[in-house]
Amino acid sequence: MGLNRRTIVTVLVLLGLALLPLLLGGAPFYIGVVARAMILAIAAISLNLILGYGNMFSFGHAVYIGIGAYAVGICAYYDIFDGFIQWPIGLAVSAAVALVFGAIALRTKGVYFIMITMALAQMMYFLGLSLDEYGADDGLVIYTRSEFAGLIDLEDHITLYYVCFGFLLLIVLGMARLVNSRFGLVIRATRFNEARMRALGFPVDRYKLTAFVIAGTVCGLAGLLLGNFTNFVNPDMMHWTRSGELIFMVVLGGMGSVFGPVFGAIAFLLLEEFLSDWTEHWQIVFGPFLILVVLFARGGIDGLLGRRNPSDD
Amino acid sequence: MTWTLLLEQFLNGFQLGVVLFLMAAGLTLVFGIMDMVNLAHGSLYMIGALLCATFTDWTGSFILGVLLALPAVLAVGIAVEVVALRTLYRRDHLDQVLATFGLILFFNELCRIIWGPEGMAIPLPGWLDGSIEILPGMPYPTYRLLVIAVGLAVAAALYWLVVRTRTGMLIRAGASNRTMVGALGVNIGLLFTLIFGLGAALAGLAGMMAAPIVQANIGMGESILIPAFVVIVVGGIGSIRGAFIAALLVGLIDTMGRSFLDLLLGTVMSVTAAETAAPALSAMAIYILMAVVLFFRPQGLFPPQGRR
Repeated sequence: MGLNRRTIVTVLVLLGLALLPLLLGGAPFYIGVVARAMILAIAAISLNLILGYGNMFSFGHAVYIGIGAYAVGICAYYDIFDGFIQWPIGLAVSAAVALVFGAIALRTKGVYFIMITMALAQMMYFLGLSLDEYGADDGLVIYTRSEFAGLIDLEDHITLYYVCFGFLLLIVLGMARLVNSRFGLVIRATRFNEARMRALGFPVDRYKLTAFVIAGTVCGLAGLLLGNFTNFVNPDMMHWTRSGELIFMVVLGGMGSVFGPVFGAIAFLLLEEFLSDWTEHWQIVFGPFLILVVLFARGGIDGLLGRRNPSDD
Repeated sequence: MTWTLLLEQFLNGFQLGVVLFLMAAGLTLVFGIMDMVNLAHGSLYMIGALLCATFTDWTGSFILGVLLALPAVLAVGIAVEVVALRTLYRRDHLDQVLATFGLILFFNELCRIIWGPEGMAIPLPGWLDGSIEILPGMPYPTYRLLVIAVGLAVAAALYWLVVRTRTGMLIRAGASNRTMVGALGVNIGLLFTLIFGLGAALAGLAGMMAAPIVQANIGMGESILIPAFVVIVVGGIGSIRGAFIAALLVGLIDTMGRSFLDLLLGTVMSVTAAETAAPALSAMAIYILMAVVLFFRPQGLFPPQGRR
């Protein structure tokens, strides 16, 4: 990795995220906004693996955020506060659901894939709405955050911030390795010419399904963090419009770049924050903005940083 | 459970199916011909309902309200096509989905500013508000019967348009190979705009039909959009016939599931277990149907013939 503009900006953003609580010592509100942005960035990075690298247009990715958050919520509902139990459950259920949904959705292509991932996600949303035991549409309040045998105290908001930051770093580095590994190269090649990859003897469907499951699991991690962060979970987290927002974060940041979704998530949340401060009807500006980004700025924020060297990711 | 209750719920399911068909017909035509995914189709449904509510309020007549709102929705649809969507036809599906998602945000907020967060109810005229005894001892709301009748009439008219007219021939030709149709000298841009307007009017009509039952409000479009997607995927994208059959199937399964699934499950498991499982299962039923159909027939039940 040379010392180009992209590297400098990436390092600056990471440095900024690392130092933010020190700079904003007395402003927990903005620390909260940024922590939330980092959590959604993890979700967006995971979505980008299938969306940007794998060319699988999933419109139901928010489901795994919901599953992660519900894992915390439902465990806490039964007085299980141990994170070493909650988190593996959340990740395992996310992976299992992604495996089933992926297996169904990958039988289809193109627009069918968009619609079936959307419909399967809506199915989970309605499942959440009909579960009276777990609050139905009111959701569950999570009174106690995950406990890690006294090692980390998530109740402290600065600690929680750095846990989110740590996971974000981990996921960024992991994803950079993954997309440049043999596995990642197969996924990326499939995007350009699937027929040729099949002809070369790669079991393409199995690769795609694996990518789908990895993306779902990582997004489940974001859900675990979000449940802890908001102290709350409800079916609305799984609504298809949430999935749409995740896609927008990926596109806004730049599809098919490891760090792009981080830019996208931060920009998305800051924009939402400033616009909604400015007017209650902020969506009337936000909607057309989204359309303009799609029409004229496909490279996203990452595209502003100049051409990307494919091996740089 | 009595037979009259069963018949009543069957008719309710049929009525939902008819409304779904009006939504799905536009979606499937737009997709079939322009290869365009339009999430904002639900917004046209909402706008139709809200405009109809306002016009009904002004004129004091629901019928006049519908007659005024229909051309208004048509105009909104054509404006949306000309201003925003035209540039999207050549883009990939992800771009279309995202841009039309932006349209939804825009229209929802616009309607919230104009009509307020609660929306508007549409009062029915007296002659529609009552019920008719369709079988001895079984009254059924007149308005719901009217919805079914209108829906069936529109379906028949649409079938005639697509199968029997020159415009319909162009529509079908466009669906199987639009480049060729363009090369043969048909003004394909104009055809697209007309189709989109037609789809918008149908979605608006669906909203107007549904509004007296569920009340015209912000966000009503999103609640019908996803079932409409289920319909066109189950029916086979691009096929009017498939959309009609799938719409009735989805409407019936959804309504009957919500009414009778607990009784049905009660025969194989304990009553308490059935009462817990039934709401969840019936809410998921149409999505399970879609997953099963796609698993065995990824192209839907009645894919149009001759698609590339």
